[in-house]
Amino acid sequence: MANPMRIRAAAKDGITEVRVLMNHEMETGQRRDASGAIVPAWFIQEVSARLNDKDVMSAQWGPSIAKNPYFAFKIKGGKAGDTVSVTWVDNRGDTRTDNAKVT
Amino acid sequence: MAARTKVAVAAAACVAIALGFAGVAQEKDDAAKGIEAYRQALKDGNPAELFEMAGEELWLKPAGPRNASLEKCDLGLGPGVVEGAYARLPRYFADTDRVQDLESRLLTCMETLQGIDTRAHVEARFGTPKKDELVALATYVAGMSKDRPVDVAASHPKERAMFELGRRMFFYQAGPHDFSCATCHAQEGRRIRMQDLPYIPAKEGAAAGWTSWPAYRVSAGQMWSMQWRINDCFRQQRFPEPVYASDMTVALSMFMAATANGATMATPGIKR
Repeated sequence: MANPMRIRAAAKDGITEVRVLMNHEMETGQRRDASGAIVPAWFIQEVSARLNDKDVMSAQWGPSIAKNPYFAFKIKGGKAGDTVSVTWVDNRGDTRTDNAKVT
Repeated sequence: MAARTKVAVAAAACVAIALGFAGVAQEKDDAAKGIEAYRQALKDGNPAELFEMAGEELWLKPAGPRNASLEKCDLGLGPGVVEGAYARLPRYFADTDRVQDLESRLLTCMETLQGIDTRAHVEARFGTPKKDELVALATYVAGMSKDRPVDVAASHPKERAMFELGRRMFFYQAGPHDFSCATCHAQEGRRIRMQDLPYIPAKEGAAAGWTSWPAYRVSAGQMWSMQWRINDCFRQQRFPEPVYASDMTVALSMFMAATANGATMATPGIKR
């Protein structure tokens, strides 16, 4: 099961800066294990974010993103008390959504 | 700033030996600046936080034959007090009549509160699930001492003895490479690749080491506890690997912590 993300969101002068830490192995599919077998690719493919109920960001990711990714982005608008929610979907179809209040 | 001054002093010494070394010293300084910028960039999003979250969950979750959580674990400040506990470890515990570091104390709590036979945890390799539990727990507890001053005076006779044992181990030179901890960690202003080597026998260096572990290691994508760090130091020296949470490992932690006494905890850390 997917592990929780750590999300921080802070609004300043009409811009909300969101910083996300995701918990994911991000296997490239290029590595081999001790017995020489390929470790199957396993990585986040889609990332999206919402501010309250509005889609504000979507991204497509690949296997070149590091393990336990750190992701920061800015949203035009947003104020203290709003809810930012971030969702990822990986290539196995596993998904995780977490929320954070804007401060 | 201090580190840069030391590089300058080292550079001056080089010039005295051979004038051609000035260019090398300049490059060294630029490299140090580049490394510092890289470290600052990393600090913004330390994945160690993910392990703190996982550790807290483990702390609160009932487990073992007694189906108990670790919430009543006494880390030295009384049952259940986590905040500030790591800054005062290792220390002497009357109930076990031993000096214990955080991880050996966690094993004690797992045994006494949860009824878990911890042998499997001790013997498990680092990076496998049983050790991952302990590393996550250690990260959570250590994070609860962030920004606190290290308060390890080694005043109890057994703490004093541990400190002395740790110091002896630190300078003990042996093995196929004729190595000691001091080979790398008792010279000022050295680094291996991108990692500065703290001068552990003095407070500043001991603090640089002691207060920054447990740490997330970016290149490996792994969270390392102090026990893992020490274990790997033994491996790198081609020494036999010490038993997890054994007295020798606690002694080295005691040597570092007491030498760093008064420094500020920066746990959990992040390394290249």
